[in-house]
Amino acid sequence: MSNAGYAQERETTEGKVFTVTGGDWDSIVSGVDPMHDERIVVNMGPQHPSTHGVLRLVLEMEGETVTEARLVVGYLHTGIEKNMEYRTWTQGSTFVTRMDYLAPIFNETAYSLAVEKLLGIEDQITERTNTIRVLMMELNRISSHLVWLATTGMELGALSMMIYGFREREFILDIFEMITGLRMNMAYVRPGGVAQDVPDTAIVKIREFLDFMPKRIKEYEDLLSGQPIWKARTQGVAVLDVTGCVALGVTGPVLRSSGLAWDLRKTMPYCGYETYDFDVPTQPEGDVYARYLVRLAEMRESLKLVEQALDRLKPGRIMVEDRKIAWPAQLALGNDGLGNSLEHVAHIMGQSMESLIHHFKLVTEGFRVPAGQVYVPIEGPRGELGAHVISDGGTRPFRVHMREPSFVNLQAIPAMAEGGLLADVIAGGASLDPVMGGCDR
Amino acid sequence: MTTQGEGLFGVTGTGDTSGMGGLVRKRPVQLDAQRPLGGWYDEVVDALEEAYPGFSDAIERVVIDRGELTLHIVPAKIAEVCQILRDDLSLRYELCSSVSGVDYIAEERRLHAVYHLTSMTYRRRIRLECAVTAADPHLPSVTSVYPTADWQEREAYDMFGIVFDGHPNLTRILMPDDWDGFPQRKDYPLGGVPVEYKGAEIPPPDSRRAYR
Repeated sequence: MSNAGYAQERETTEGKVFTVTGGDWDSIVSGVDPMHDERIVVNMGPQHPSTHGVLRLVLEMEGETVTEARLVVGYLHTGIEKNMEYRTWTQGSTFVTRMDYLAPIFNETAYSLAVEKLLGIEDQITERTNTIRVLMMELNRISSHLVWLATTGMELGALSMMIYGFREREFILDIFEMITGLRMNMAYVRPGGVAQDVPDTAIVKIREFLDFMPKRIKEYEDLLSGQPIWKARTQGVAVLDVTGCVALGVTGPVLRSSGLAWDLRKTMPYCGYETYDFDVPTQPEGDVYARYLVRLAEMRESLKLVEQALDRLKPGRIMVEDRKIAWPAQLALGNDGLGNSLEHVAHIMGQSMESLIHHFKLVTEGFRVPAGQVYVPIEGPRGELGAHVISDGGTRPFRVHMREPSFVNLQAIPAMAEGGLLADVIAGGASLDPVMGGCDR
Repeated sequence: MTTQGEGLFGVTGTGDTSGMGGLVRKRPVQLDAQRPLGGWYDEVVDALEEAYPGFSDAIERVVIDRGELTLHIVPAKIAEVCQILRDDLSLRYELCSSVSGVDYIAEERRLHAVYHLTSMTYRRRIRLECAVTAADPHLPSVTSVYPTADWQEREAYDMFGIVFDGHPNLTRILMPDDWDGFPQRKDYPLGGVPVEYKGAEIPPPDSRRAYR
């Protein structure tokens, strides 16, 4: 076959370098000197279907055993944190939502909670706002775990799992679209509240989801839990105990699957989680299979939370009363997506000059946030998602740093992979559920 | 703290002509908290003082703001303080949640390394802050105490040029290896290219006219 466009095989001072393009195993096998026992360095990624996006692994191999694993990240760095310093506090929501693109609601909530803490308006956040936030976060947690289940299934050879996982996730994205107008990156949770109210049609759809989802989770369990190949690929693989997790900063389902019930929703509650009835699932083993069981159980707990949130949804405001902070426009879903409601436009253009000035000032300039810094962590689907937000008293953030669980957790791959087999690197890496958009920001 | 840029049409300052931009909330800021600090803050600071003989030399300031405890540490002592905070039985800050850099460009020691530690045992958090100058941006790495700080220190180096001495592999992590400059410093421009739209040129975000 023709390899035009690829680097040719060549001799270097370090030894022979092969370019593997598929279908050329014969030339590689014959090219390797069988008498040499030199170690081989395998470069995997950043374009590789099993590295979850653009993660690059540099693996030093002895036979099938990994002796050293090094990770290269940064391929998806987009400078979101820097960009936010040039936009208003409200516009920040549209930036953070694009970090971890599988958990947009969590990014927005962490950021919004931080801005609210800086403003000192935590007490003014309405009951309904908190309930909607919990509802959306738990739906988002399920959709994120479904993608994890789907992609990990695919990577370990359970291809049908991928189809089912994405099928149910699609249903959740439809719910999101109904509520926010967008499937992903919705900028729905904003400082002071949420962008718009939950429509009644969405409640019906969520009830429908609550009705069928437990059966679907049972199906995934039937498909995978007793499956000999799945168990062989996951049990006893990529084990990390509590000490290892805490030392490496690994939080979330991975930490809980090694036995420590550390869940910020329980240990340091926010958004009223302390008033909900749910459990924190744990497993003692600390292997990939335990992480799978914990995530399945967490989806069930999230369903419980969604149901409770739905029952609590009482009519009320979805933004703070303070007109110097609350986004002035009532948003409405039109034929062309989300926009200002016609009543609001009629009001500011035809009836009230003061409202027009007020709208203009808040939208172009934004509100001022008193100087100071806060760190607000929440329990994301991948672990502790922290927003370190600093204000200098102006209308724009002075600095926003997101403590991304994907970024921190990925450091655990060498600890899990070294000494194991190459195939287990895939299982171990996938079990951390890294999202490179969040990792690289 | 704010850097003033010049926008389109020679606008400087806030660009506000309506007068409504003068509506600024003032809140009292106490930059140096006095004992007693109240609540668990005293327990933590007392326990640290008891366990760490060099306390008075290492702690520059104690700040309590919005319910968060911040200790400003002399940069050279940061690894020692972290070691005590992690190991002392009445402190037990087992988890280093986050390390981030900040550039307070108006200050003499403009580069700050900010550590957020979590005590899982006592369910408390604490923030440590170290300030260094851009000319001598050195402080000890805490990777020997908290291995998780590895990548986060690399990010702070990559974006702000803070050098963590004793780090096993302090290289760029998010930017390409051969990148010049430290992108998240305040004097580093945002960049971007002007966009042409229907014959008009829209400047990049950092040079647009803006209401501040």
